Amino acid sequence: MPLITLSSPHSAKPTKISTVMGTVLLCMIPGFIALTVFFSYGYLINLALAVVTALLLEAGSLALRKRPIKFFITDLSVVVTAALLAASLPPFAPWWITVVGTATAVLFGKHIFGGMGQNPFNPAMLAYALLLVSFPVQMTTNWPVVDVYVSIGDTLRAIFAGNVVDGWVGATPLDYYKLNLATQTADEILASSLFNGWLPAGWVWVSLAWLAGGLVLIWRRIITWHLPVSMIATLALLSLVFGIDSDSFTPASIHLLAGATMLGAFFIITDPVSCATSNRGKLVFGAGVGVLTYVIRTWGNYPDAIAFATLLMNFAAPFIDHYTKPRTYGHTKAHKGHK
Amino acid sequence: MTEFNKIAFDGLWKNNPALVQLLGLCPLLAVTGSVVNALGLGLATTLVLVGSNAAVSLIRNHVSDAVRLPAFVMIIASLVTCAELLMQAFTYELYQVLGIFIPLIVTNCAILGRADGFARKNSLLPATFDGLMMGVGFSAVLVLLGAMREVLGTGTLFGNMELLFGASASSWELHLFGEQYPDFLFAVLPPGAFVLMGLIIAVKNIIDAKIEAAAKAKAAPVQAGSKRVRVTS
Repeated sequence: MPLITLSSPHSAKPTKISTVMGTVLLCMIPGFIALTVFFSYGYLINLALAVVTALLLEAGSLALRKRPIKFFITDLSVVVTAALLAASLPPFAPWWITVVGTATAVLFGKHIFGGMGQNPFNPAMLAYALLLVSFPVQMTTNWPVVDVYVSIGDTLRAIFAGNVVDGWVGATPLDYYKLNLATQTADEILASSLFNGWLPAGWVWVSLAWLAGGLVLIWRRIITWHLPVSMIATLALLSLVFGIDSDSFTPASIHLLAGATMLGAFFIITDPVSCATSNRGKLVFGAGVGVLTYVIRTWGNYPDAIAFATLLMNFAAPFIDHYTKPRTYGHTKAHKGHK
Repeated sequence: MTEFNKIAFDGLWKNNPALVQLLGLCPLLAVTGSVVNALGLGLATTLVLVGSNAAVSLIRNHVSDAVRLPAFVMIIASLVTCAELLMQAFTYELYQVLGIFIPLIVTNCAILGRADGFARKNSLLPATFDGLMMGVGFSAVLVLLGAMREVLGTGTLFGNMELLFGASASSWELHLFGEQYPDFLFAVLPPGAFVLMGLIIAVKNIIDAKIEAAAKAKAAPVQAGSKRVRVTS
């Protein structure tokens, strides 16, 4: 009996991009459910708006660039970008914020650099940063408050006609804590209705929902543990050290569970195109995002920092890759740099 | 193409200082927040370009190669001082708005580049004409970028034109999108200038590619009824 010699690599069939992106989308479902249940239908409306805009613009860009439209649309990557943006935008933001943001992500974040797999920056975060810099008022004042029910019709009117009632919106917990540190003690801030004594009610469940989705991503081997663990660990370490003095610094619990930390750690910085490549590189990348997030949140002027931290580390990703090349099999040392 | 046509075509399109040579990007990106700023700086730069090209062309046979650059810089610096004093005299508010970028015209590489690259090798008339065309080409891009940034950034066009054209120009301001337009700060900030500048260059490249393709098609017209020629035996 002749033996069949199989050459390496002995891998199973390759994972399709649409499978990866589809899994990411499925894992985002708990997060969106939590956002909708605890806060607003606005997230779902923004999601629909962003996805439709993104698909139209993606098809248009592909047609202009003379690329096969069906092949690239069905890899679902643009839907993931749109979903990430919709999850990051304030739910009562006017409709044109979502449209401008999606257009920025698809046209300037993705296709200008050559489309799928070529973008040096995370497209959704590029769009978020542009919106935050361009429209600071709309981007910082339209966050929802817990325990206020706004019907679908009212939400639609808020998004498309600008009828936002003051009582529906407020600052995010991170922003609120930082703004009131100057005049109040930690106990006084935490006693406010936003925090219920120790943690902001809705935000915690949203963070846990993103965490659950992220763990499924790790279980399905869509992402590795390196990025989320190193980012969360760095952020936790910094906020624990400084947070001992909770009258001057935001405590770790709020850093980890009240902002976009979980969404960022599992869904945003894990973009395989714009993050570092090797496992050691991913640890450095995640730690960098963690440090920058803490620094910008604590000493910066913006309510959250995931977008800026991610973009800055995207800049550094080629540099990190340069110095964290793994040793290849058969060599005693890794070849770093140009030789 | 005559010599002067070629100079004009070079300055305005083919070798445009802003779009092709990418010289003078600092003022280009810094002060083009509105049409009036862009036009003011464009006029000042054109004035300096014309003057420096003319002066450099006149002294071209009397200055040795070794010391030519300091001599050119002296000429350009004196002309910039003249332009600065003129702006102080006639458009003082605009002078204050443009601030440091008027003295910084000295460091605009387009001016030294034309002095060294063209004016010192050509006689007075072509050199002056080249300065004028390069200046107009540079100003045109400045004004276009300024208009785009003003429209996107604040929803107006030709705002504050009285700074340059006197009180009667204050009514030129157009509100293109109504009073409700939310200011798109990105276009006003320098990153927006970079992105819009890139888009303008991209459009120019598209037009150039179209012209080239059309010229190629014209040069080798397909003959009707022509057959494939058998080249192998």
